[in-house]
Order: sequence, then C-alpha cells, then structure tokens
Amino acid sequence: MLDAVGVDDPDDLFDIPASVRFEGDYGIESHTERETRELVGDVLDDSTDLVEFLGGGHYSHYVPSVVDHLSLRSEFLTSYTQYQPEVAQGFLQVLFEFQSLVVELTGLDVANASMYDRSTALGEAALLASRVRSVDGDTVLVPDSLPDRVHSVLENYTDGPGIAVETYPTEDGTIDVAGLEALVDDGTLMVYAATPNDLGVLESDLDAVGDVADDVDALFCVGSDLIALSVLEPPAAYGADVVVGDASVLGMPTSYGMGLGIFACRDDFLRQVPGRLVGASEDAAGKRAYTLTLQTREQHIRRERATSNICTNQAWVALRASIHAAWLGPDGMVDLAEECIAGIDELCARVDDLDGYSAPVYDGPHFREAAIATDPPAAEVADQLREDGFAVRTRTDGGEDFLVVCVTDDNRRAVDGLVGALAAVTEVPA
Amino acid sequence: MSSDGDASGDGAEAAQQDPPYQQARYAEDGQYEPLLSEKSTDAVAVDTSLPDDLTRDELELPDLREPEVARHYTRLSQMNYGIESGPFPLGSCTMKYNPKFTEDVAAHPGAKVHPLRTDRDQQGPLRLMAELQAMLASIGGMDAVTLQPPAGAAGEFTGILVARAYHEANDDERTEVIVPASAHGTNFASAAMAGYDLVELPSDDEGRVDMDALEAAVSDETALLMLTNPNTLGKFERDIEAIADLVHDAGGLLYYDGANLNALLGQARPGDMGFDIMHFNLHKTFATPHGGGGPGQGPIGVGEHLREFLPTPHVRETEDGSFERYEPAQSIGRVHEFAGNWLVLVKAYAYILRHGDEGLANVSEMAVLNANYLASQIEFEVPYEPFHHEFVASADSDAAEVAKRMLDYGVHPPTTKWPEIVDEALMTEPTETETKARLDDVAAAFDAVAGESDETLASAPNETAARRIDQASAARNPRLSWHALDGAE
Repeated sequence: MLDAVGVDDPDDLFDIPASVRFEGDYGIESHTERETRELVGDVLDDSTDLVEFLGGGHYSHYVPSVVDHLSLRSEFLTSYTQYQPEVAQGFLQVLFEFQSLVVELTGLDVANASMYDRSTALGEAALLASRVRSVDGDTVLVPDSLPDRVHSVLENYTDGPGIAVETYPTEDGTIDVAGLEALVDDGTLMVYAATPNDLGVLESDLDAVGDVADDVDALFCVGSDLIALSVLEPPAAYGADVVVGDASVLGMPTSYGMGLGIFACRDDFLRQVPGRLVGASEDAAGKRAYTLTLQTREQHIRRERATSNICTNQAWVALRASIHAAWLGPDGMVDLAEECIAGIDELCARVDDLDGYSAPVYDGPHFREAAIATDPPAAEVADQLREDGFAVRTRTDGGEDFLVVCVTDDNRRAVDGLVGALAAVTEVPA
Repeated sequence: MSSDGDASGDGAEAAQQDPPYQQARYAEDGQYEPLLSEKSTDAVAVDTSLPDDLTRDELELPDLREPEVARHYTRLSQMNYGIESGPFPLGSCTMKYNPKFTEDVAAHPGAKVHPLRTDRDQQGPLRLMAELQAMLASIGGMDAVTLQPPAGAAGEFTGILVARAYHEANDDERTEVIVPASAHGTNFASAAMAGYDLVELPSDDEGRVDMDALEAAVSDETALLMLTNPNTLGKFERDIEAIADLVHDAGGLLYYDGANLNALLGQARPGDMGFDIMHFNLHKTFATPHGGGGPGQGPIGVGEHLREFLPTPHVRETEDGSFERYEPAQSIGRVHEFAGNWLVLVKAYAYILRHGDEGLANVSEMAVLNANYLASQIEFEVPYEPFHHEFVASADSDAAEVAKRMLDYGVHPPTTKWPEIVDEALMTEPTETETKARLDDVAAAFDAVAGESDETLASAPNETAARRIDQASAARNPRLSWHALDGAE
C-alpha cells in the first residue's frame, strides 16, 4: 500500500506544519480486551448497591430479552442515517413504524423519527411555535412544577430567537387554570403542560388549559410518555397542537438518563417539523418503499434556515422502544400502564397507614410517582432509607419538602422492603 | 446478505458482469415486508381505575406473538446495510468497525444507574465521566471538557452558547459567526439557533480558507469562526495559526468541528492550533455504533478561559479522591436533561482505554493511508490534494447515479454532491478498519461503475431490497404513518 501511495511511511502523508504537530503523548495506556472489560467493570462497580425508586423524568420498566437480541443485530446497530434508502429499507420501516406508534398514541397527524430527549423536544416545540404563530409573541408558559433541568434546556433553546420562558402557577400539585388564564395574552406563543407531571399527578383539566391557550391563538404543547398515553385520552382530543415527551420508558433499562424524545404535531405544521421524517413512497418495481422525506427542512440542505440543527438523533433507541411496544401489544401496553397506576396507589395506601407519613400529598390519580409528606425532614428520611438500601428523591413544592417515590414493574418487588424501611424510620421504640 | 467472501479476489471484471451482491428482499404483492399493523392489529378496551374522562376508550395497536415480532425485526435487519454488511466509506461520517466488546462493557450491571442518585451513591459513573473528560481534554489539547451534548450538532450548539456567554460576560455583544462555505450544514444551523448571523467564507484555489476573504470577514462583530480541520476536502488548514491570530486579534473565538478528528489522533491537537472550543463526535472518532442515525454524543472541550461557562453539572475529583457534580460559576445551564447518551460514553471510554496512545496514533495513520491508497486505485479525478483521512473524487456523470449503482456492488457509496466546491462530488472516507482487500473491492466498484452506461446507472440499484425509490412523490404526497396508508393503496 505504501508503494502504491508513493511514501515510505504513513507519517509522510500528513500535511501538518511542524509547529502544530503533536510530539507529546496523551498518557493513556493501552489494554487488552480482557483488561479493558475488567477495568471498566471495576470503575462501574464503584457505586452503592441500592434499589432505586427515583423516576423524575428517567423511568425504566422491565425490558424483555427480545429487545437486546434484535436491536443488537449489526445491520441495525452499525448502520447510519438512511441517505441511500434502497439499501436501508429495514431501518426506514422501523422508523416509519415508530412514527406510526407515536401518532396512534398522541392522536396527532405527524410524528418525527426522534429527538434527543423530552427537554430538547420541548425546546424544539417552542422554536416551532415561534415559526408558525401568525401574530407576534415571545413568551412560552410552563408550569412552576417543571423540573429545573428541563427548564434550563428550554431556556437555552429559546434564548437565540429571543423567546422568554415564564412560569404559571400550580396549586395542590396540579395546574391552576385561573392563574394561567391571568398570564396569557397576545404575546403568548405556547402553553406547555405535562401529564403525568413531575409530582406524578395526572392533570385533570387539560381541556381547560387547551382552551386558555386557544383563546389567544397560542400553541398548546402537552408532555407525556408512551406508556401513560396507552391509557390516557390522546392529547389531540383535547386540543394539543404538539406533543413532546420521552419514549425511552420503552426499550431502555436504567441508563443514566439516556432518553428518546418524541415530537408529534398537527398536519398544518408539517413543513416546520424539526428532525428526520420517514415517508412511504414507491420504488421502480412499483412496490411500497420508505425514504427520508421533506429533507429541505433539514440542516444539510437548508443550513441556517433549517427547522433545527439536529442531524444524528436517537434512531436506535426508537428501534428498541418499537420492539418493546410490539412485544407488549395493545394488551401489554395497557397492562403496563395499569401497573404504573396500581403500583403507586398501593404504595401510597400502605405508607399513609404508617405513623409519620401522609401519602399521596396531593389528590387526584397518580402515575408511577407520588409525593409523600414526612414528619421528620424529608432529607433525613431519604438518608435513613439509603442505609437500608433504597434510593428515593426529595423535592420542594409550595415551600414544603417531600419525598417523591417512583414505582414500576422494575422495582415493585422491593416495595415491601421500602415500606418496612419507612416504618422503621418513624417507629417509636417500645 | 451478500457474500462478502465471493467479492474478494475476482476484482472488476467479474463485478462488471454480475455485481457480487444481493441484499435480502422479502416481497409480497405491492410491498416488501408488511408493516406490523398489517400483520395483525387488535383494539383493546381501556378500563382502568382512572376517571373515565381522563382515559381513552380503546387502544389499537399491532398484536403479534414474540416469534412473529422476532421474525419481523430480523427480516427488517436483513433489509438494512451496516458496517458488518460491507465497506461503508460514507465521507464525513467515519463509519469504522464498531468493536463488539464495547457492547458487553455497556451492558455491565454497574452501568444501570439512575442520574438522580446522590453523588456518593453514583461514584462509578462519576469516576468514568471524570476520567473520560480528562482523556478527551488530553486528546484535544483542551483544558476542560463537558460530556453532556447528546450529538455533534448539540455539541456545536453548546459550544456556541459558551462563546456567547463568554462575550456577554465581557460586555462584548457580538452578532456574527463565520463559517466556510464547505462546512457541515449543522454549523450554520447551530449558529442560527443561537441567534447569530452567518457570514459565509469562500475557499481559495487550493480548497483552504481564503486568507484575504477571512481578513475581510473578521470584525468586532465576529463572535466565532467555526472550522473543520482537516476540512471537508480532507485538506489540513496549514495557515491555522495565522487564522487563529487573526480571529483572536479581533476579539473572536475559534471553534473546532470535530467531525474529522479521526485524521489527527496522535498527530495534532486542536488546542495546540489555537482553537478555543471543540466538539468530539464519540460515534465517529471513538467507534461507538451509529445506530441507524443515532445515538451519538458530542462532548465539547474548551480552554481555561471558558471553563466556568460549561454546562451544569460538570464532574470533578474532590480532594479526598471521590467524584462530585458541581455547577460552574458562569454555567450556560443544561443542553440535555441528564448526561446525554450515557451508554455512548461508556463505549467510547472503553474504546480509548483499549487503544491507548499508540493505538490511537495508529488509527489516524491507517485512516490516512487507507484514504490515500483507495484514491490511488480509482480512475476518478481527485481535484484537491493532499488530503488526509478522506478525499473528494469527482464523477464524470451524476454522482447520485454513480452512488446508486455502487450499491449493486455491495459497497455503501460515498457522500454525494457535497462539498459543492467539487463537481459531482463523491466524498470518500474508508476509515482505518478496512483491509487492503476490501479497499480493492471498493476501488473495483468505483471503476466498474465508471465504465457503465447512463442507462445502467439510471436503472440502478437492482440488487438492493428496494429498487430506485421515488423521492419526489414521497415529498409531494407525504405519508408518514400507517394511518396515512389507509385507503391510499
């Protein structure tokens, strides 16, 4: 090969001025494959052994074996964006089916092939709102219960075009519709509401929230996830213009918050959608075939006038979510959602019976998570639970500190232990 | 489904008669593999303990048993071309082989950690992230690294936000980002998302930054100059130090687009060239699988003067040797709710540890040698030389048609028609993981296609799962879900 290229040493092929050649070393030792696996395993094993009841935007359910085995097939795993659709029909169909799943569950007309996570999807929704709103407006309204983590991402997305993010009040764990109504005006671009919200409560008055947004021609954006949407009324039915949220609740084990943003909207906004879209067409043999479509929205064609800068997305995570959903089927999806309701209900009922706790703090139906009021400071209870091998989060709402616990099919077997540990914290010694 | 083994050896003559490739194809009337929803769908009544007005009445979704689900996705995988199907010299995307062991590392039980644990209860992930930050800083010649951005474009966006915050902190409002005409589309889009006006920079005759044009473009409005080096033609910007001086003298910052970092491992570092900010594409340079379009991960590195603007949380080692998250003093906030694509971080960390200094330097050497060898073996003009890990060939006929025909030879074609500075561009990046025999296959495919008639090209591909797809009608009549197909066929 060197002869063919006409050099004695590959080094001669580098056309780099001597002044910027790197003569040092990184100081990274190489390792055999076995050593590397052991080394990384040792690093990862450095965490405390705890059963997690954490939630807070990163939820995991039991992932059936079929998801790993199929998604790790190298033709899927090692392929890339389908720039040559004829040789990438498999993944294109996967993404088309993923879009279809999101359309079915949200009730909206169009879903894209994925965003990074729910927070970046919300950011993109705000940018879409600023492009499609016919009147001038520069404010996006979000509930004051929106986690800071999501709020911060949203602000970074909206800063460039000069959109302001403002919060509207919640009361007793749900949206204060009158409070919201007092804040909307002609400058409102979009109103966002999540169900379930960060306290695990399913919002009961989203119809009214949608009306408030509609009255000022603001977009109504709803946040949810694909398991909750399996039983909830489709957001399009109560006026949602855009649905964002997370789909990594399907197909992904707990993985440090790695997400799968969903983005669905009404047909009217089709040409303003961010990210990849897969459409059906025909090939030269007259058979239905799939391709990336409406690419003139995208950065590689439209550059600074693109609807988004997104290129690489979460396609493989969408594949995993799709396999999981297909494995569950409609019965399985509904059963899993019901378990998300029953699991937290049962936990709350048992905790509420204990001395020193009140659960759930807020009325109304819950999904996966609930706030628990504690007589001792919540942080102390969380510390004590940690000693017993359980991780829960604490959260402040309305000036009060609470525990928030998350129950899914993945940790439900440990609920007895958690209840026992909670009881032990407040037990008065005999 | 092609027989990679058959393809070696016989070279172009055999290829010309009978392309040595046939992708699996499941065909039924009017379609290939049916949709899940067309196989079996069921509507189940939704009857929960929730108030009726909160719930849907029924849920209608595909309803298949596991063996049928497994067959569906197996068939779809067979109708998809990945790196293990054959060569994938897609320029700018660095489609190198993804070592298997990194998947096993990512599946380690210790990787299944929730980010809302307290710091003391997630020392494993925090240590891994702190060490990966340090390794990337060393590789990039940078002083601090954040791992948070979930893709390369997100890294660009993050870097631009950091630059903006830096200028604002100096009470120095600037409005422009300068980008070469041949840059990745994401550069333009990311800068626009951050609210900047774009200034486009032409190339000089050699395909590098035109210094006169740069001098004219730089002003006290310049917030940032974004560069890829080697650039999208594979050429190293030899004037990089002068470029950096010019931008810095005007008070601007210099951003390095890490898409082409594979060419520089062990050879040169963006930090040493004067770049203030850079992003890494872990899915390119550090071989984490591209996953059919993602997940990627786009950490950014910055110089000391920008450290305090990095996203929160940032990870650091404490005096007692444990690891903690903290908020940098002037942090821009977050660009992802958590830490981006964690599993990609684990795989990249393992890849870097496996290679070490010597292995990483070998990566760039082989990547550059492979690109030069492949270019020497094809009968296509390569107008801009010398190049490094990738080259842009010019086709005599429509590059998009050439690409379609290459599919029939079991080679994923190069990136086509871009950068526009080359007529009928075929941007080719073979990567270091191809052997000489496979590069010869790729060269044979190039040359076989070059000798074929326009009619042959126009009717290609024939050996792929689907034949040529009508893109125009897909856009004219968008059908984007199975619902849109109802009654349409």
